[in-house]
Amino acid sequence: MIELENVAYSYGGGELLSSITLALQPGSFHFLTGPSGAGKTTFLKLCYGALVPTSGHARLFGADVRGMSRDDIALARRRVGVVHQDVQFLDHLPVADNVALPLTVSGRSSIDEGANLKELLTWVGLTERADALPPELSGGERQRAALARAVIMSPDVILADEPTGNVDWEMSQRLLTLLIELNRMGKTIMIATHDLGLIRAAKSHVQARVLRISNRQLHLAGADL
Amino acid sequence: MKFDPAQLLHLVVGDPQADRVVPPSGFTAKLTLFSAGVMAFLAVFALALSLASGRLAARWSDELSRSATLRISAPSDQIAAQTAAALRVLDTTAGVASARGLTAEEQRALLEPWFGPDMPVDTLPIPQLIEIIEDDNGYDPQGLRHRLAAEVPGAVLDDHTRWRRPLVGAASRLKTLGWLSIGLIFAAMAAMITLAANAALAANAQVIQVLRLVGARDIYIARAFVRRFTLRALTGAFIGTTAGLVAVALLPSAQEAGGFLTGLGFAGVHWLWPLVIPPLAAVVAFVATRAAAQTTLKGLR
Repeated sequence: MIELENVAYSYGGGELLSSITLALQPGSFHFLTGPSGAGKTTFLKLCYGALVPTSGHARLFGADVRGMSRDDIALARRRVGVVHQDVQFLDHLPVADNVALPLTVSGRSSIDEGANLKELLTWVGLTERADALPPELSGGERQRAALARAVIMSPDVILADEPTGNVDWEMSQRLLTLLIELNRMGKTIMIATHDLGLIRAAKSHVQARVLRISNRQLHLAGADL
Repeated sequence: MKFDPAQLLHLVVGDPQADRVVPPSGFTAKLTLFSAGVMAFLAVFALALSLASGRLAARWSDELSRSATLRISAPSDQIAAQTAAALRVLDTTAGVASARGLTAEEQRALLEPWFGPDMPVDTLPIPQLIEIIEDDNGYDPQGLRHRLAAEVPGAVLDDHTRWRRPLVGAASRLKTLGWLSIGLIFAAMAAMITLAANAALAANAQVIQVLRLVGARDIYIARAFVRRFTLRALTGAFIGTTAGLVAVALLPSAQEAGGFLTGLGFAGVHWLWPLVIPPLAAVVAFVATRAAAQTTLKGLR
């Protein structure tokens, strides 16, 4: 579903990532780790078409990102749920509308999906906060709202960039549990994190592979984690 | 993204869901409304100017080109004979429909505005005037002058072109200037709306980013902005046009001796012309905002 073939990316100056090859299999669970600034966020952006590789090929659902039109990218994003570290919402709309935003922009009526939305908010524990505005939410609530927004279209892949970066341990466990549940439902998950504790906690519940970015390369980390 | 009238209609009808994704903006909205209104108001006057001077030019060139005057200056004992000779010449001139010597009363009436009613005009050595009405083909003024010079030495032909041309020229120039002003007004409106739209797009950079992230297509994002600016320009222009029309209607009406200035306004079906202004403003806003949105969106993935 997402394939990177000999991908390199450079920001003006030197190369940040080079000769990266990876194919995400449906239903797999990946952690992406590495020191800060190693290129985890860049790697994820390559995975959802926010960046085009400087060389090599990135394929989203079989289509080369380089040849995709802006509308193609938009349609592909409906099949990829993204959770950013600094989640952004439409601050003037309540949480429920923000979570339903992917449905709104894709022209699917939120009335039909009303029950779905309610269920989803219950699942992430935000029923009480449905009418709050995003700036009123705590860090953990924002992350959970972002996760709900990322999965409402029932995407094939969920990419999460440091989803537990701003939350305490208990909240990070809750988020991890939600992501593991999604994986059990058949979703492909990729979580970028430098929190090794989180990776260890996940390993007892799910068959997770750990990828590590170092020296511009992507490595499969050993079982020693 | 091409311009499509059906799309414009769809835009006006709107999608309340799409409309909500962009936060409401109070101040810039009022400014756009205001500028569109002012521009429409000015456009009404420019239009009135163009149409009025167009009418004026048409009237002048029409009325004046249909007639000419023959002036016979001669010693008083020869005037009658020369007038008769001139009329004979004119009767045999191709292109002259009729020729008629003005009576003494008519001549006095012509002079009255200058000399006043009490002036004993009869005692003055006034030249005899002959009014010439052309037929549709017109006559050859040069040929007529030659014949008159031979047969009626005291006759001077004035075919009015001498003072008609500059007047008609000035009126047509004024008309061109009016249309140019209308063009400039709409160009300025497009520029202002582009600036306002760019400001709105910049202020909503986060909104646009979020929308792109969750899979909104460009057209969806653009539409939310385009709709607002189009409706604002339409509303503003409608208010401005109405105000302009009221102002034009309140101008003193054209009078017989009124000349040009009091003739400024609309006549007959010309009153319908200003109704074009609001839809045109909407189209201008639509195109301007759309271009601005496209430029902004191209910068994002």
